[in-house]
Amino acid sequence: MSKIIIPTPLRKFTNNQTTLETSADTVLEVIRELTIKYPDLKNQIIDKQGGIRKYIRIYLDDTDIKTLDQEKTEVSAGSVVSIIPAIAGGNIT
Amino acid sequence: MDSQFSKAELERYSRHLIIPEFNIEGQRKLKESKVLVVGAGGLGSPLLFYLTAAGAGTIGIVDFDTIEESNLQRQVLFTVDDIGKSKAKTAAQRLKRLNPHVEFRVYDTQLTSDNALEIIRDYDVIADGTDNFPTRYLVNDACVILGKTNVYASIFRFEGQVSVFNHLMPDGSRGPNYRDLFPEPPPPGLVPSCAEGGVLGVLPGIIGSLQANEVIKIITGVGEPLAGRLFLFDAFSFETRTVKVAKDPDTKEITKLIDYIEFCGLNNSSQKTEENMVKEITVQELASLKENGSDYQLIDVREPYERKIASIEGELVPLAQIMSFADNIARDKKVIIYCRSGSRSAQAVIQLEKQNGFDNLYNLKGGILAWAKEIDPTVAKY
Repeated sequence: MSKIIIPTPLRKFTNNQTTLETSADTVLEVIRELTIKYPDLKNQIIDKQGGIRKYIRIYLDDTDIKTLDQEKTEVSAGSVVSIIPAIAGGNIT
Repeated sequence: MDSQFSKAELERYSRHLIIPEFNIEGQRKLKESKVLVVGAGGLGSPLLFYLTAAGAGTIGIVDFDTIEESNLQRQVLFTVDDIGKSKAKTAAQRLKRLNPHVEFRVYDTQLTSDNALEIIRDYDVIADGTDNFPTRYLVNDACVILGKTNVYASIFRFEGQVSVFNHLMPDGSRGPNYRDLFPEPPPPGLVPSCAEGGVLGVLPGIIGSLQANEVIKIITGVGEPLAGRLFLFDAFSFETRTVKVAKDPDTKEITKLIDYIEFCGLNNSSQKTEENMVKEITVQELASLKENGSDYQLIDVREPYERKIASIEGELVPLAQIMSFADNIARDKKVIIYCRSGSRSAQAVIQLEKQNGFDNLYNLKGGILAWAKEIDPTVAKY
């Protein structure tokens, strides 16, 4: 099993779960599994063209998957997949 | 005695001077340095306190805002007596009392594409402690254009991020910048949306202090700066992580400043026009409807935790759920929809009119903030 870390702004879509377990073996599968389980998360992470939104980075352990094999990056047991979004402060309108 | 430092300064900085790796050379570099702090708020408070105490020679402070009651939970530079005053000016006055050897330059103005290059040009290191995406991209791009190191920190609720962008690397190249990490801001409507906010008061204290640490390291050349790395702190779970940030080959070259409000999708003119077309009711009109006992429906589209801070009654239906509430909205009388400032409620009116053909909906102009200001001073402003 590997771990997925959900960032603060997206936790409302995962019933406030901060981490989740997965047995998926690629990043693509991790995201697919995650967005099937939490459908409202999909629009937050995936853009209309099906790519990862540009305000979000996906990391495998300490490395951006963009510098690995993108979404095809393999996820081995014990590794950590992090979703890291841009944040800018805590103001509301 | 050293010719550059007075006896008072040598005594003041003595705990730096006796660190072998830092010593008087590090202190001299600090004294000769010019640091620009953009944003004198939650992050800016510890940042400015520590840079001042440490003896940075010149500190520029950019902030156009004034101090509000709701700032005091985290912006420890300010006191109750400062409410209503300029943040930049008040900060400089406060800090001068901490260290009279520092020169302060106050920019009581908003950093914009028109003035950013002129202001930033004069400084060695820039520290970004702003609270919005347009200014973050503006600071980043100006630093890239001018070849300045941008010490970045950002916070949201329990979570903080720190990095050093566009840093001069040992091989003479510039390290990754903010756009290499996040090429674009979140589109409006996605999280964190305008309805979601909040910051644990102590969080900017922690993150802003880390930011000050990076500024001092960069100026003095002491230690390993956080360039090409991103530090993440989650105060909720007490997890810390440091991940690598690489240059993104897809990032376009930054050659000039742009319209950052538009870039962040915040100047959507068709949406603005649409919002302006929404029928409105003023807080005075609502007050007389209440007083006359008129028949109307009042709907609050804020979140439940906001309702607990301030309320003027009405049914609570958060904006995200308003469409599934449409069947419960009256068509035979005035329906007044409100939120904090009037923006979310305008969106609710637009959605309901478009999809359900309502023609009896009114947006409460200025929201509950206007009500608190003009009708009922016992209602809390937040």
